[in-house]
Amino acid sequence: MNFPILSSLIILPTIGALFLLFSKDKDSNTGKYVALFTSFINFLISIYLWYLFDPSTSTFQFVENREWLKGFVNYKVGIDGISILFIILTTLITPLCIISVNNTIKVRLRDFLIAILVMESLMIGVFCSLDLVVFYLFFEAGLIPMFLIIGIWGGERRVYSAFKFFLYTLLGSVLMLVAIISIYWIAGTTDIVQLYELGIDTKYQNLLWFAFFSSFAVKTPMWPVHTWLPDAHVEAPTAGSVLLAAILLKMAGYGFIRFSLGLFPVASELFTPLVYALSLIAIIYASLVALMQEDMKKLIAYSSVAHMGFVTLGIFTITQQGIEGSIIQMISHGLVSAALFLCVGVVYDRMHSRLIKTYGGLVSVMPKYSILFMLFTLAALGLPGTSGFIGEFLILMGAFKDNFLVAVIASFGVIFGAAYMLWLYRRVVFGNLVNKDLLKIPDLDNSEKFILWSLAIPVLFFGFYPEPLINTVEVSVHDLIEMYNFNLNMFGPEVQK
Amino acid sequence: MNNLNFISPEIFISLSIMFLLILGVFKKNSSGLIHNLSIGLLLIAGILILNNSFNSTVTLFDNSYVIDNLSSLMKILTIVGGAFVLLISTKYLKISKIFLIEYPILILCSILGMMVMISSNDLMVFYIGLELQSLALYVLASFNRDQLKSSESGLKYFVLSALSSGLLLYGCSLIYGFSGSTNFNIIGNSINSTHYGLTFGIVFILVGLAFKISAVPFHMWAPDVYEGSPTSVTLFFAIVPKVAALTVFIRFLYVPFFNMIDQWQPIVIFLSIASMIFGAVAAIGQNNLKRLVAYSSIGHIGYVLAGLSVGTNEGIQSSIVYMSIYMVMNLGLFSCLFMMKRNDQYFETIDDLSGLSKNHPILSLSLLVILFSLAGIPPLAGFFAKFYVFMSVIEQSMYFLAIVGLLSTVIAAFYYLRIIKVIYFDEEREKYDSDHSAWLKISLAFSTLLILLYFIFPSRLVEIVSRINII
Repeated sequence: MNFPILSSLIILPTIGALFLLFSKDKDSNTGKYVALFTSFINFLISIYLWYLFDPSTSTFQFVENREWLKGFVNYKVGIDGISILFIILTTLITPLCIISVNNTIKVRLRDFLIAILVMESLMIGVFCSLDLVVFYLFFEAGLIPMFLIIGIWGGERRVYSAFKFFLYTLLGSVLMLVAIISIYWIAGTTDIVQLYELGIDTKYQNLLWFAFFSSFAVKTPMWPVHTWLPDAHVEAPTAGSVLLAAILLKMAGYGFIRFSLGLFPVASELFTPLVYALSLIAIIYASLVALMQEDMKKLIAYSSVAHMGFVTLGIFTITQQGIEGSIIQMISHGLVSAALFLCVGVVYDRMHSRLIKTYGGLVSVMPKYSILFMLFTLAALGLPGTSGFIGEFLILMGAFKDNFLVAVIASFGVIFGAAYMLWLYRRVVFGNLVNKDLLKIPDLDNSEKFILWSLAIPVLFFGFYPEPLINTVEVSVHDLIEMYNFNLNMFGPEVQK
Repeated sequence: MNNLNFISPEIFISLSIMFLLILGVFKKNSSGLIHNLSIGLLLIAGILILNNSFNSTVTLFDNSYVIDNLSSLMKILTIVGGAFVLLISTKYLKISKIFLIEYPILILCSILGMMVMISSNDLMVFYIGLELQSLALYVLASFNRDQLKSSESGLKYFVLSALSSGLLLYGCSLIYGFSGSTNFNIIGNSINSTHYGLTFGIVFILVGLAFKISAVPFHMWAPDVYEGSPTSVTLFFAIVPKVAALTVFIRFLYVPFFNMIDQWQPIVIFLSIASMIFGAVAAIGQNNLKRLVAYSSIGHIGYVLAGLSVGTNEGIQSSIVYMSIYMVMNLGLFSCLFMMKRNDQYFETIDDLSGLSKNHPILSLSLLVILFSLAGIPPLAGFFAKFYVFMSVIEQSMYFLAIVGLLSTVIAAFYYLRIIKVIYFDEEREKYDSDHSAWLKISLAFSTLLILLYFIFPSRLVEIVSRINII
């Protein structure tokens, strides 16, 4: 075994957090530099990992396998083309979150940084783990820091939101735990690679699929269990919203691809109409709700629900385009929604209001901000030339291939998306400058500029040149679909595609 | 006579009790000395148990007393639990003005009773052990006799416990009547056909045992007794007698009556489900931390019983793992309770924890870890405890039990989160004192680290416990 690069990716942020925990000063900036340094090193390692990564094969790479729970569970991590992109997304977003705490977090800065760093460790762990139990461990442990982030540094209704977030997610996940343990007794292992080879007996698949679905549906979030998300987003501090939108939601999409499709092909095939229906409802319903919002953060939260609806739709088309599109959509949404929340954070720090009606005519006082905000607005509605377009386009292409009607309805979502995003932008940035307090606020400072540009560059770059992303995932997705169809033919002849 | 060295720990503790009593009578102001001595003597007894070779089963006194891996491990748990209770409660006892010689001696007495219970392989021996520990516990519950609540809790515990002992004894007599013996092995061999009488006997004994471990619906005493007793006694109640009762539960169900699993399994499952749900729901409305611990312990006993109901060695082992981790978590929780004192007055409601994190970051971080662990959130030890239990439950395809159990953890998570909310999200209050004894700090640090870092070496404990094979 070579150098355990994945484990060091997981552990490094925690080491940084420990260092902070034992440091004496509580609110000075030194802690911030330590946190920034650790997460930046992590980012560099993950980029190096991408460089080392061989996209021409779908077998798991950089695999580490250690004995852990003696006799039945091994600590096994490894990555393929699908997971590496999420790891890089995580390591990119975390340092930006840490930079953004400058203006937003006034109290207990050190504790906040510790929570963020621990969160980073756990999120990377989720995307690396190749064992169901290890996955569950990381997946659930993330609740603790996020609960604290929302609850300690959140807005007025933080307690309500933190509880709702925690209990909703926990309720979804315990069923997944039952399913994981059942899989162990049915198949004799919880190692994903082995499970892929063995396959799971058809008669158990439906129930198991539902148990996993209950967890991922809450986390995605899918209609009708999405209600925790707007609350959590609105009350969480900016950095918390960013982590939540950019990475936590992606765990579920990743889970759908890795587990629902990979382990339960027969059940996935059977329940595709259900997922389609829920996704379409999410897209249309969340878009309509987003149109009516007066709170900027809530609007973006509902737009997340709609975008994740596209993602689940794309995943369950089970076509090369659909799944690739979903992955790119998730990456793109990770960048764009993070940027949008940061944009809201920028004006919130200045005006302490998230209500749309507070603003209007920002373009004349904050021209630089308006340009970047526009870029991200356009990316969110999927304008060609931004990464959002690539994702939505591929998903719709996959959907057309699979089911024409579904694709048509989903396309309406794109139009609604344009409507609410552009309307939001118009009300906030254009129009007459009525509120005189706005005259006094400064434009972006350097750190804000840095954060937003570092998100804008990949959004534009991958919008024009998605090749690196597609290259990375292509083989993995292709083999996943091949395995899916193979298993379907093997185990479920009656529901053949 | 050779066999006597196998019960040397019991003999040693009996002798120490007498010695300490005499010392206490003849030497003035010797409570501190006796307190420390009893800790030392307990530890020596622990070493004596370790000295008895593991991996061998020895039966003594006409097969009525058994020394095996189960008994050795559970005795060590009991003794360590008792020693920790004595170690960390010194200051509390002094401040509550109940730092008397009787306190450690009573604890030793009840531990002796528990050790007899743990090793018993005969209904009579078991009953003697049970009464020895119970009598000591009645006195301990009402130890703070100047306080109304303490006396009330002692009396309440006595009356209800006597009732349950009566039922238990009646069950024993039924079993003796229908099987012709009080010895577990002989009973086990003699039941070929199932008598209704035996079933009744099992039910009565289960009722008595369920009372001792406060499983629903025989839990009514627990909240009042936990609240009324001095905090150090509550800690003792919460962790130590349960270990002994659990051992008897295991031995009673799996040695003589394993063949009748069809008859007792539904009862144990019912006790388990009722305890898990009731413990989770009833704790939500509590404001007194000691009462809350009572309800939470009812819930946790539900999980232990879930492991017991399975009917496999793995199930028993998972129950024991759960119990051990639960002991550590409670030890940590009570260490925190002992630290909540201001100007020689102890505080015990949830509101008193308000904003603790601002003044006492380390203490609140430990509480955070302990509470999340009690709620069963990974990667803390409490998660693994539940994981093992449900692993063995699902192995036998008891999905209903597993799903109910895991859903009740979600309900239970709510009240643990409520405490965390008060600690971390609410407004701060006055600082608490920080002049805690070193042992208190050590026990808090020890339990927190054990819970937090359990995931690094999760199989150590399981390896030890997996030597216990009853079936």
